[in-house]
Amino acid sequence: MRTAWTLLLASSAIAVLAASVVRAADTSFAKIERGRHLVDVGDCVACHTNSKGKPFAGGLPIETPFGTVFSPNITPDRETGIGAWSDNDFYRAMHNGIAADGSRLYPAFPYPYFTKLTRDDVMAIRAYLNTLPAVKHKTPRTQLDWPLNYRVTMRGWDLLFFKPGAFRPDPKKSLEWNRGAYLVQGAGHCGACHTPKNTLGADEKNKALRGGTFANWFAPEIANNMRSGTGSWSVDDIVEYLKTGRNKHSGASGPMGQVVADSTSKLPDSDLRAIATYIKDVDGGPAPAPPPPPKQDDKVMGAGRAIYGDSCSACHQADGKGVPRMFPPLVHNANAQQHDPTTLIRILLQGTQMVATDKRPTPFAMPAFDWKLKDDQIAAVATFVRNAWGNSAPPVTPKQVAGLRQQLQQQPATE
Amino acid sequence: MAKKLPSIDVVLVGFGWTAAMLGQEFTDAGLKVLAIERGGWRDTSTDFAVTFAQDELRYYWRRALFEEPARETLTFRNDPSQTALPMRHLGSFLPATGVGGAGVHWNGMTWRFLPSDFVAKSHNTQRYGALSADMTIQDWGVTYNELEPYYDKFEYLCGISGKAGNLKGQIQAGGNPFEGPRSREYPNPPMKMVYGPTLFAQAATETGHKPFPGPAANMSRPYTNPLGVQLGPCTYCGFCEKYGCGNYSKASALTTVIPVLLRKKNFELRTECEVLTVNKDSAGKRATGLTYVDAQGEEFEQPAEIVVLCAYATHNPRLLLLSGIGQPYDPKSGQGVVGKNYAYQITSSVDVFFDDKILNPFIGAGALGMVIDDYNGDNFDHSGLGFIGGGYIACWNTNGRPIETHPVPKGTPKWGSKWKAAVKKNYLTTATVATHGAVMSHRNNYYDLDPTYRDVHGRPLLRLTFDFTDNEHKMSNYLTDRAADIAKAMKAREIHAKPREGHYDIVPYQTTHNTGGTIMGADPKSSVVNRYLQSWDLHNLFVMGASVFPQNAGYNPTGTIGALTYWAANAIRTQYLKSPGPLVQA
Repeated sequence: MRTAWTLLLASSAIAVLAASVVRAADTSFAKIERGRHLVDVGDCVACHTNSKGKPFAGGLPIETPFGTVFSPNITPDRETGIGAWSDNDFYRAMHNGIAADGSRLYPAFPYPYFTKLTRDDVMAIRAYLNTLPAVKHKTPRTQLDWPLNYRVTMRGWDLLFFKPGAFRPDPKKSLEWNRGAYLVQGAGHCGACHTPKNTLGADEKNKALRGGTFANWFAPEIANNMRSGTGSWSVDDIVEYLKTGRNKHSGASGPMGQVVADSTSKLPDSDLRAIATYIKDVDGGPAPAPPPPPKQDDKVMGAGRAIYGDSCSACHQADGKGVPRMFPPLVHNANAQQHDPTTLIRILLQGTQMVATDKRPTPFAMPAFDWKLKDDQIAAVATFVRNAWGNSAPPVTPKQVAGLRQQLQQQPATE
Repeated sequence: MAKKLPSIDVVLVGFGWTAAMLGQEFTDAGLKVLAIERGGWRDTSTDFAVTFAQDELRYYWRRALFEEPARETLTFRNDPSQTALPMRHLGSFLPATGVGGAGVHWNGMTWRFLPSDFVAKSHNTQRYGALSADMTIQDWGVTYNELEPYYDKFEYLCGISGKAGNLKGQIQAGGNPFEGPRSREYPNPPMKMVYGPTLFAQAATETGHKPFPGPAANMSRPYTNPLGVQLGPCTYCGFCEKYGCGNYSKASALTTVIPVLLRKKNFELRTECEVLTVNKDSAGKRATGLTYVDAQGEEFEQPAEIVVLCAYATHNPRLLLLSGIGQPYDPKSGQGVVGKNYAYQITSSVDVFFDDKILNPFIGAGALGMVIDDYNGDNFDHSGLGFIGGGYIACWNTNGRPIETHPVPKGTPKWGSKWKAAVKKNYLTTATVATHGAVMSHRNNYYDLDPTYRDVHGRPLLRLTFDFTDNEHKMSNYLTDRAADIAKAMKAREIHAKPREGHYDIVPYQTTHNTGGTIMGADPKSSVVNRYLQSWDLHNLFVMGASVFPQNAGYNPTGTIGALTYWAANAIRTQYLKSPGPLVQA
């Protein structure tokens, strides 16, 4: 009986993935619409548009630990875009990470995720991209540090870290779960930011969605870990966050704000629910034991408490409970308790602004404190927030603050 | 030669409260809307961050948010026999420049006018007999009952904190029993009350009055308005009037409408562009659009199907005068309407000095306080008093800002160690009972164009001729006496009454409640716009704001401006768009 159920589920899961094939064959409009939806899921526009350019015309500088990658023009312009590519060329880029001219792509383009897309879905994306206005825009040539400036070196990287393949539904899981997994592992490429990377920039596969560093941000853990992940978030909480940019726990800003604006706020609730169902089932692994709490008479905690009262409590409230959906609560705030405090320090230094969405149009902002608080003061208030009200995370040092302050000054403002 | 731009459905002059509300209404109706703002872009996160918003020196004393008199100002005189001189520093009132307008730096006192205020002339004439011929007040052409749904809509847009005193005719305990009937309760409960106003309310009750919490655009709790825009709970920091709110806690165009409006594809905002004239067709029946100049000094002609003046109350009349629209008012003959019936408000106060009561004035908000309305409008019998109109008496805890707030008893030296000692002794223990009274219009209080002084563009400045009349002084003295009665009942060490005496002085700050100049009314002989704020001369020209008030009432004007704006918007959406033309036959 159990086997029969499993079989039934498995075949329905495949049917769900394949169902669109049948529909898409009916009209090209349906196919294009499905492509548009997948382009939204993938947030392609975010990387393939530079700050002053036309959508999808490329040229955005993407900072990586290995140098700057410039995104290409993916409009149908034959000369400077991908208009001259065949469908097979496009599929090979998405599935194998190889460009039309046979050169290897850099994984700043997340082909290790896109490889999981069905050919049919890739062709739908292609069909949608074909409807865009062709923009003649020659993008700058990417120049990475030696030896990566030789694209052929990526052959070795691919051999080590990349296996072209397809999404394999888990027959033991629900249709919804499988839909979520397909979106998260494929077009959504959530792990590109949220999964830790090894020294060569490849995902640490056994630590999926446990938080990753990039461009002086720390994308928090989104696995189902209670203290630092989404453990305390319900499926509804996650759906609300992705749809509206905020929920009772948090608000999206920075790069995730952009993801919400360009991508998740445009997705149907059914897909958001599928994503949430899947994410809630990603094991955070054995939670690291929280560090011993600082003593209440600790000098740094005392200084942090005083600064918090002066500078933070007007919005986040004296008890740290904030105002849900306006000023995020800091009590049990996962972002504040990441083992890597980069994002917390950055937000204290530079401030940040919540994404505005149709449902939540007010772009609440946290002001910058870099001009007002010194390194040791930022460190103290960060340490306080990480360890007050039952929160628990390693202290932040003035050196960490000074380091990030310097890095941010050197980094060109792209947000 | 101005460069001619493609035509647009609606062009709004200025981008403060009324323009933002109309922008939202008209874009909802599917129209393409453009707002032209002479100042720059402003937003809470970038311009009023809590890390620097509470800076008294920068924002008040150095005037960071206000109109710059070096670019544009007005000239002033008390009566037509004098030569007006330009205001080189702002004083009695504080208009703004920039997105959100003066609504960014207001206190947030959000009142409804009384039903009798809208029929001031007929009501007072009927009750007290003929008025002085020089008192040029008139009925508004719109009634309280007609405006009620639009007051309600504005209050829910803003999230006003308050307590209803009259729900559908039923008097409610704890609210203002004199107000006109409301269709429902305020969207938010009253602010948490502080000590000074509480003592005032006790004394007011003991002396037979009916105190209630002031209606506040400061949020008593988190609020999401019907457009989905969110406001944060007020922190009682005491930096409302003259400041932008860093906590998203004070309703303004920035915190209630603009986040939604700017997401719309059929809305466009051009900042740092100043409108020079409204243009009209050769027959003088329609506005064809307007001419503006950008920050580089280049001139543009912007054609539009509908033109709406949404600038500050002093600028709308001036723009009509500069554009040659309507007949300018002549005080000698009483003929003409543009510039007629300028009015203001008359204020006074009574300081109440305690020894033993710590009042913590710095726990403040713009409209945090207790009020009595027993002597407003025609809420009391004026027989034998020799005046009409009235005002409210209130004890507000708006702020205890250090440069502004130094209450000292009568007889204290103006400076030196004795003054410092007196400030130290009294700062925490002084309350102020304030009166806020109406000004009736008078034939010699008006605007015209100044014959001598010009702005940066070479255009004549607006000339203001204004003085308080006997009616105001009698009324204000009456209010001050009643305030002193209550102040005495507060059983303090001493009180110090400060009545408003003599001629109107434009130098000390009083209120930014300038009204009239493009007044509304029943016919083109006595008004510039009809009951829908539509120009009698050019049917596709509308004028918003307090310049349409035929005379002033005893309340802060913003609530009524909001109600009139929604009222006009509804008439334009439901009547004018279907059949463009005069909405009222002259």
